[in-house]
Amino acid sequence: MFGPLVCKPGSSRNNKTGPWRTELRPKFLKKDCIACNMCLIVCPEACISGQGKNTYDFDPDFCKGCGNCAAVCPKKDIEMVKEGQA
Amino acid sequence: MKEFLEGSLAIAEVVRLCRPGVISAYPITPQTHIVEELAQIVADGKLNAQFVNVESEHSAASTVLGSVACGVRSYTATSSQGLFLMAEVLYNIAGMRLPVIMTTAARAISAPINIWNDHQDVVSLRDSGWVQLHAENIQEAVDLHLIAYKLGEDRSIMLPVMICVDGFVLTHGVETVDMPSQDMVDKFLPAYNPPYKLDVTNPLTLGPLVDPEFYTEARFALNETHKEALELIPKLTQEFSKVFARNYNGLIEEYQIKDAERVIVAMGSVCGTIKEVVDELRKKGKKVGLLKITSLRPFPANQIYEALKNVPKVAVIDRALSMGSFAPLASEIKAVFFGKPKKPKAISSFIVGLGGRDITKESIKEIFRLLTGKGCQGEFIDLKPELLRENYE
Repeated sequence: MFGPLVCKPGSSRNNKTGPWRTELRPKFLKKDCIACNMCLIVCPEACISGQGKNTYDFDPDFCKGCGNCAAVCPKKDIEMVKEGQA
Repeated sequence: MKEFLEGSLAIAEVVRLCRPGVISAYPITPQTHIVEELAQIVADGKLNAQFVNVESEHSAASTVLGSVACGVRSYTATSSQGLFLMAEVLYNIAGMRLPVIMTTAARAISAPINIWNDHQDVVSLRDSGWVQLHAENIQEAVDLHLIAYKLGEDRSIMLPVMICVDGFVLTHGVETVDMPSQDMVDKFLPAYNPPYKLDVTNPLTLGPLVDPEFYTEARFALNETHKEALELIPKLTQEFSKVFARNYNGLIEEYQIKDAERVIVAMGSVCGTIKEVVDELRKKGKKVGLLKITSLRPFPANQIYEALKNVPKVAVIDRALSMGSFAPLASEIKAVFFGKPKKPKAISSFIVGLGGRDITKESIKEIFRLLTGKGCQGEFIDLKPELLRENYE
């Protein structure tokens, strides 16, 4: 007899974990970005995307507000702001 | 062909005949000779397999988890502390329903450190979901490996199987073994053809997180499959006897039980000693017998009931302890008879042969002598009271 055993991969996309976020979220200022890709690489949720200068942004459905992207940005072009702030 | 072989070398040879594609193991006494020989076999080009050297038993178990998940027949072996280091992976292998086959050279557990034979390691892992088969002698150890692959890989079963062989007694003992030919093994054991496997063209996730919605059913199914294995094992041993001309029940063995008044229940190599004692006592007219448990998991409760229901006095030998409680095998044998119409007058429990202390014919005779109407509970045989003291001073 077999119970739940295997499943198709990619199910974590259906399970939106953004609501677990801390009170802070990143704000991509999109002024001094040099497209170094560092924010995209350090994001533990792989929820940052972008191609080219000042195009990077995060997916609020999955971001947990860890702040790694803001900490790593060499141009201080990402800020952590309180949830609800513009 | 009959050969005079050390147990470890015989096991390595039968594993070669089963054609695993991946072998991964970490050496630990008394299992070392098995995997050392297999490493040599692979290095000599006698087996087309990858031998993966790893830094721990945790990694060895993880490696064969991965290789079987990829659809490759695999093998590992361990003992004692190594088995415990594997423990979390072993539960995963069973839960993911991957038929890994492993030899465990049964050995005592630290502390104090002890490399000799008892059953504390394997008995402690009885709830892991693995099928657990206990060998009495080297021939049986060899044959159980063939049955294990056939059982575990059956598409309705898909369970890992642990073959428990008593450390040193069987791994380093030398006996005449009838080794099967490659043709016979190939006839009995087809290539591994799993119903699911990791494949880049058809991606799957094995062992994912499941919430309370699904977990119970996964575990229920694992438990039910053990009951199905209980049905399948005797069928497989019949099939086995057609090819190899050796008969096993696969679950239990009844030795001189039919008219017996006193019967010992035991697992593993001690059964050989008990059979000798039974023969000697029978010659003197004593009605004694042995019930050997081959399959500890799944536990053949009905077969045990049928075998012992008319026996007045039963002794259960445990070579492991469940600290602060009844001995593990004894408590299960007693559970078999709870609420049943027929039962022995007394089921006694004896602890024997911990950490490699020899179980002599005299030890067995002592157990038969102690089988009076009263019954003993957790009686240690061959205990040395002179080594014990009340206070540490």
